[in-house]
Amino acid sequence: MTGLYELKRTPFHERTAALCLPQNWRRWAGHIAVGSYDLGLEREYWAIRNGAALIDVSPLMKYLIEGPDAARLLDKVTPRNIARLAIGQVYYTGWCDDEGKLLDDGTVTRLGETSFRLTSAEPSLRWLHMNAVGMDVTITERTDQMAALSLQGPKSRAVLNRCCDTTVDGIKFFRMAPNVLAGRTVTISRTGYTGDLGYEIWMDAADALPVWDALMAAGGDYGIAACGILAMDMARVEAGLFMLDVDYTSATHAWIPGQKSSPYEMGLGWTIALDKPGYFVGRRALEREAREGSAWKMVGLEVDWEGLERLYAAVGLPPQIPAMAVRGSLPVRHDGRQVGYASTSTWSPVLKKYIALVHLQRPYYEPGTRVSLEITVEHHRRHAPGTVVALPFYEPEWKRK
Amino acid sequence: METQVTGASRYDAIVIGAGHNGLIAGAYLARAGRKVVVLERRDVVGGAAVTEEIFPGYRFTEFSYVVSLLRPEIIRDLELPRHGLKILPLPSTVTPMDNGDYLAAWDDHDLTRRELYRHSPRDAEAADEYSRVMARAAKAIKPVIGLVPPDPSSLSWRDLRGLLKLGAYGASLGESEIYRIAKLVTQSSADLLDEWFEFDALKGTKSASGIIGTFLGPRSPGTAYVLLHHYMGEIDGAFRAWGFAKNGTGGVSAAIASSARALGVEIRTGAAVEKVVVRGGRAAGVALANGDELHAKVVMSAADPKRSFLQFVDAQHFPDEFTQAIRDFRVRGSSGKVNIALSELPQFTCLPGEGPLHRGAISISPSIDYIERAYDEAKYGQLSRRPYIDMIIPSMIDRDMAPPGHHVMSCFVQYAPYDIEGGWDDAKRDAFGETVIDTIERYAPNIRRAIVGKQVITPKDIERIAGITGGNIFHGELLLHQLFFLRPAPQWADFRTPLPGYYFGASGAHPGGGVMGAAGKLAATEILRDWR
Repeated sequence: MTGLYELKRTPFHERTAALCLPQNWRRWAGHIAVGSYDLGLEREYWAIRNGAALIDVSPLMKYLIEGPDAARLLDKVTPRNIARLAIGQVYYTGWCDDEGKLLDDGTVTRLGETSFRLTSAEPSLRWLHMNAVGMDVTITERTDQMAALSLQGPKSRAVLNRCCDTTVDGIKFFRMAPNVLAGRTVTISRTGYTGDLGYEIWMDAADALPVWDALMAAGGDYGIAACGILAMDMARVEAGLFMLDVDYTSATHAWIPGQKSSPYEMGLGWTIALDKPGYFVGRRALEREAREGSAWKMVGLEVDWEGLERLYAAVGLPPQIPAMAVRGSLPVRHDGRQVGYASTSTWSPVLKKYIALVHLQRPYYEPGTRVSLEITVEHHRRHAPGTVVALPFYEPEWKRK
Repeated sequence: METQVTGASRYDAIVIGAGHNGLIAGAYLARAGRKVVVLERRDVVGGAAVTEEIFPGYRFTEFSYVVSLLRPEIIRDLELPRHGLKILPLPSTVTPMDNGDYLAAWDDHDLTRRELYRHSPRDAEAADEYSRVMARAAKAIKPVIGLVPPDPSSLSWRDLRGLLKLGAYGASLGESEIYRIAKLVTQSSADLLDEWFEFDALKGTKSASGIIGTFLGPRSPGTAYVLLHHYMGEIDGAFRAWGFAKNGTGGVSAAIASSARALGVEIRTGAAVEKVVVRGGRAAGVALANGDELHAKVVMSAADPKRSFLQFVDAQHFPDEFTQAIRDFRVRGSSGKVNIALSELPQFTCLPGEGPLHRGAISISPSIDYIERAYDEAKYGQLSRRPYIDMIIPSMIDRDMAPPGHHVMSCFVQYAPYDIEGGWDDAKRDAFGETVIDTIERYAPNIRRAIVGKQVITPKDIERIAGITGGNIFHGELLLHQLFFLRPAPQWADFRTPLPGYYFGASGAHPGGGVMGAAGKLAATEILRDWR
């Protein structure tokens, strides 16, 4: 009976619950996930940008795809050229319906010649099965059996080297390697959702607690902090990374066509391998869009600090900044006319700027375009001036090094 | 012979029947300044939306029992919340299974997915997409419900404009949506569900909404549409929400009646209409069973089509084809109700104790086969030995329904054929009640011991008490050939009838039943349009 009326707990719950003193829990893919371990987000945020942050990302959907046709299946459902994906390499990708509209996004890891791991935000079993008709492939969901931790921040490599049997120095950006941590077999990929140096550690759910404990112990000297998803939310905006159901709507969930987005519109043009041979889902529509250009594009917006100050000064206040990323749609205007909207906006502590992921109509998405973001100043609608910039907002040199 | 008419009994409009549609029509007419009387044969208003205290202290929502389809514009226009309408949440459905397990579904996406995943991971994912697709289709069809059906054979300006509007709307939906809808209106619910799911209890439970109020089984074509009809429910703008009205559906009727009275409607109970008075080729009033005659400029019937056109009005006033179409209109009752007063909560073996699931629906629908088999028996005039039952425990949702510590349970049961072999009698009614209790007892063994009293309602009783010919809960089945511009008869789906001054606005009219109120409102709108 227990669990019948509750959301799921992750394999790290025993540890995370003990640390989550403010009881700030959020929902994530049917699980409860820690929003923050402190009442404020600063310590966790700065662990991502200045130390090492340990984030429980177990709610990610995980699928094991195996068999002679495993590569063929992934080549069909994603726009990336899976033939080029080397063993031990990770691709980030979105995937589309046949109209070239995004369904979800995640990573594909080649574990072996005929074996892959796919992560996604939403359940994808049905979609994979539908596309696997006639293929010699088995698809196994591993969401509950596999725990995952994200260790992010400039000190993450040092922390791992201290507690792993093999050094992680050799793992290049978006590569993966097996390792042993606290005596447990894990795989470590150099991936993350923060745009910083970072790794994700994949393990059997049964090994979750010893791995967590070893990482926390090893990270003590490096300022490791357990970090909730709210601080990560700020970091991912700085990194220009979008989120399903916040920055775009899955084509299967959209009520009206206008709610759907294409990968080109979301800035994923670089993932679409139109040069790969044969059909893949959405190919014709994506080819058309590549030819004709996109009506919309997601880009960055940096709000002018002086402009913001002026708006608040007019009512006798200093600028009021939300303490966490705002997941609400805000109109974006150009010359007094609405040309798009912001889907997530946040204060960036590392950049000292107010930034937003914005979706703008052609031609306003060109970097350098002057636009304004609607903000509410003392219950009145105001428009804060700003500039369109290319994403990401923040990319430290050590991210890929 | 001219009857002397006094000012007091002279009305602008007479509405026959104080069910929710009659009351709604009356209220809208009064709101437009007309002098209206609504006549009710029984001494309670509500028709098939009544709550009655059959056993002292235990209040039964006697026939209809949940609300969802009631049109939001009616709630606003008639200010029903101010007149006491409260729709309480009905947040879950649980299906006990024969192996002692159960399947639960909540209004929470994550909980439902988690629960379904236990039974079938693939169904858990499909369920998500399925409900989106159905809700989108329902959303696409919904505007049509609020429309007076244009006649496709007519060349009148209004019908053409209506058809154009409909065409333009259809075009706006996009190809895939149109194909989806075309499939939905022709498929059987079993075929539809087989395309999506593999788990029996899930398919059984979902298929049940496709047969409610029809004399069809889940494998009969057309039932997918009925299933969709039930997806159109909306509460406070949230699609697919079902609720329980405080005080049962009688609470809905009471709110509408209160609003109607406040608008100046006179409601007369104990006033059975015998005939519609026709003078100079127009409906001019009604003659009551007690000999009284009331006169009005227009008469609207909110009774079922058979009574409205074959009983209240002599056939000589109608063209033969119209009369024939009404005679052919299928009103086969297929369901009954068993309302039970309980001294304790039924204890379901699969979910012991008292839990949140007692506040939702409990569905005896272990598989499509189970329901189809139940239909097989009914098809040949027999009771279903193991019927589909949709139960709610109103006292768990609204504590005012039963004395403290005690409960009432509402059991909708299908199939119970109106045309049972040898006809209905007391023995058969008892047997029907026993079958239902037996079936429940398989899943909740304490039920028999808990019974304080029970009311068994056969389709014949629905006809006798609520006055619905054939005892069909929708005043006529929601069959494809009985919908939209064919409801209740070709050419007469616009709430007018071949007899000038006589209008028709009830479940048997477009867009059909389900405590929706749309027919009553649309009929009143058409009456007012003709007034000018």
